[in-house]
Amino acid sequence: MGGRVRAFLAFLYDFVIGDDWRIAAGVVAGLAVTYAVSQTSVPAWWVMPALLVVLLPASLWRATRKR
Amino acid sequence: MGGGSGALFVAVFLACAVEAVEATTIVLAAGTARDWRSAATGTAAAIVLLAIIVAALGPAVAALPLRELRLVVGALLLIFGLQWLRKAILRAGGYKALHDEDAIYRTQLASATAAPRRRFGSVPDWYGFTLSFKGVLLEGLEVVFIALTFGGNAHNIPLAAVAAGCAVVVVAAAGAAVRAPLARVPENTLKFIVGIMLTAFGTFWGAEGAGAHWPGSDAALLVLVPAIALFAVGLVAVLRRGKASRAPAGGGAPAPEAG
Repeated sequence: MGGRVRAFLAFLYDFVIGDDWRIAAGVVAGLAVTYAVSQTSVPAWWVMPALLVVLLPASLWRATRKR
Repeated sequence: MGGGSGALFVAVFLACAVEAVEATTIVLAAGTARDWRSAATGTAAAIVLLAIIVAALGPAVAALPLRELRLVVGALLLIFGLQWLRKAILRAGGYKALHDEDAIYRTQLASATAAPRRRFGSVPDWYGFTLSFKGVLLEGLEVVFIALTFGGNAHNIPLAAVAAGCAVVVVAAAGAAVRAPLARVPENTLKFIVGIMLTAFGTFWGAEGAGAHWPGSDAALLVLVPAIALFAVGLVAVLRRGKASRAPAGGGAPAPEAG
């Protein structure tokens, strides 16, 4: 039973988080910043595109450095 | 069909087609190596279970408040999209082996052939049944997730369901016709495009759900999609240049792999 739960959790982790947990963490942080900025008078739409420009190359750089 | 509906249809169709190709490879391996009747029964059982899941989750997704739905689904789509795009860029840049349905089919075939044959009720071969059942259920869950989340966010679950259904029917018909792995489907290119679409829709819906207002509203997607595509192509070019400058003479390509 414990093995099945562990296998399901492993499947869930692989399904949602994938190869690089920093991407998931970055997306959650980016959305939190978007929410915070949206509560001010400053437009908040640019936060997520700006995050992509940093997050994706950083993840690729880590992956290629290992190979 | 308007521009938004067209983009929704294309995004769901392509994403679901990729999952359907992977499920078809598993069913073909189960049918060829084991028993076609058992593989077909496993596929049908998985489809029935998926239909029950859709019937249970569909109305629940449609009833959720749009802003919260966009925040959660946008975040998930963006995480999935970035993971797909990351893999696709690494593959296109030569740092990760290309997804090879032929190689995956041969691996599945070899392990399926080695397993002992066991009858269970009216199913002639239990291994063939479970292999295709699990394959169709897991890939099918991804199809259901994509169709429900895209459809729910765009307030058009019927169109998303039609797009998903078309993708599954087209791929399954092609698989049934050739009875061989769909190696000619440009799966790596499809995954690259789907990664861009998931990332763009995830960015758009996630930011809206978190309280942002996009300039031009829905039209912002028409800028986001090509901008992310250009950025991804640029990253591939950078990786290829780096790989070429570091490659030793006679260095081989990475071995094919799944995922």
